[in-house]
Amino acid sequence: MRGYSFASLLGRALRGHRGWPPAWRSADPGKAYDVVVVGAGGHGLATAYYLAKNHGITNVAVLEKGWLGGGNTGRNTQVTRSNYFWPQSAAFFERSLKLYEGLSRELNFNVMLSQRGILTLAHSHHEMEALRRWANAIRINGIDSEVLTPAEIGRLVPLINLDARFPVHGGFIQRRGGISRHDAVAWGYARAASALGVSIVQQCEVTDFNIDNRRVTGVSTTRGSIAADKVCICVAGHTSVLAAKAGFRVPVTSMALQAMVSEPLKPCLDTVVISPVIHMYVSQTDRGEIVVGGGADAYNSYAQRGGIPLLEENLAALIELFPAFSRLRLMRQWAGIVDITPDTTPIMGHTPVRNLYVSGGWGTGGYKAIPAGGETMAHTVANDAPHPLIAEFGLDRFESGALIDEGAASGVAH
Amino acid sequence: MLRIPCPFCGDRDEAEFRCGGELPREIPQPGVDDDAWSDYLFNRDNPKGLVHERWCHSFGCNQWFNVVRDTVTHRIHAVYRPGEPRPALDGPCATAAKSGG
Repeated sequence: MRGYSFASLLGRALRGHRGWPPAWRSADPGKAYDVVVVGAGGHGLATAYYLAKNHGITNVAVLEKGWLGGGNTGRNTQVTRSNYFWPQSAAFFERSLKLYEGLSRELNFNVMLSQRGILTLAHSHHEMEALRRWANAIRINGIDSEVLTPAEIGRLVPLINLDARFPVHGGFIQRRGGISRHDAVAWGYARAASALGVSIVQQCEVTDFNIDNRRVTGVSTTRGSIAADKVCICVAGHTSVLAAKAGFRVPVTSMALQAMVSEPLKPCLDTVVISPVIHMYVSQTDRGEIVVGGGADAYNSYAQRGGIPLLEENLAALIELFPAFSRLRLMRQWAGIVDITPDTTPIMGHTPVRNLYVSGGWGTGGYKAIPAGGETMAHTVANDAPHPLIAEFGLDRFESGALIDEGAASGVAH
Repeated sequence: MLRIPCPFCGDRDEAEFRCGGELPREIPQPGVDDDAWSDYLFNRDNPKGLVHERWCHSFGCNQWFNVVRDTVTHRIHAVYRPGEPRPALDGPCATAAKSGG
């Protein structure tokens, strides 16, 4: 891989930007691999990258039924944070944020991480009490978090309407939280993995698993059968569908989570603002668009489009908090299919089938977990033993009862 | 936007309803192992396609009923009251009551 640098950029610019090589190699499927990763989204690509980089396993294929980063990786609202309540979640997501902080250098690809701070609002005295407890738990976990008064929030976010229908009683901020560029994360991992020898195969849907005596031996795909010593499922909302093909069930409900962007504006909002209770989060991208999201439509869906009632609720909340946005035109609205678990903690590690691993149940918050998710899954697959950071995220917790009921996972109430 | 045919009230907007999730499998007998309980309590079929689920007309008659819905198209194929037999799943529209959704 030729590194991107100021010199290479200048050199290409002087030659009219002709002859840039493709960032990553789009491969045809081979006959056999050491590891097959199903799903070329952020988690799948990161898993493949760390398998190659940290464990020297380069005979890896990432199979994608559509196109690279076209699922939830390209549909999320780019929020990166680690303000979680429980120690297990905090340790994992903080590791992910730390990796994000060095990711542009690590991948030699600008992921445009902007640590502009992520502000969570409270709209009642009681909510403020709960939020203070949450903020303190984050600090005890060794992660930055700061309680703010309404006046401080007003100075930080001048556009906000503090005297809304549900007045702002205060909030807390994680200043290291923020946003990054989701396509760049997918392409950065793809480019770095490809350079290490990983094959990325698009338009190749896994239709079945080849299982011999409860051990996976490969996958059947729309482009032929592929043998593999180990297989890792990283397919977000389709986790249940693939698990069913492998003969087991998972504690996952798939729902449509929608988001939308406005026309581009001059810079006016330099913080991510979340209101868990009125179900809204908003930020402004580097291109000026206002990105808005909320809760998931509360019924099973694989439709990749959101319902109108929730859209209306979401926008009503936005306009009440930011009256200045009432005249914005929306450019696009879309949805991703999120895989929600009963405790909103991901499912990572072994499955009932030997050598078949799963990274799923990311619910509404998988994007921020991509670097640590890839790093820990690569460790888990390479060593056939869970990485210490995800030891408690296994499917077996639903049998032992050791659930990690992470209300902060979604950022909004569910 | 779903129009849901409540078997007690008729067609209503989805905003009047609450989805209670897919119908659970049969409750295990006392004495079964943790695996069976865990499967019953937490695991879901979560099908891509037709799902049997419960809805409650919470801002209407407040009664629970069963729905057969496609999770890809959101089309409602059938609704039936608790205690009534499940309609057959085969065929594009095994309709007990049609929906415009």
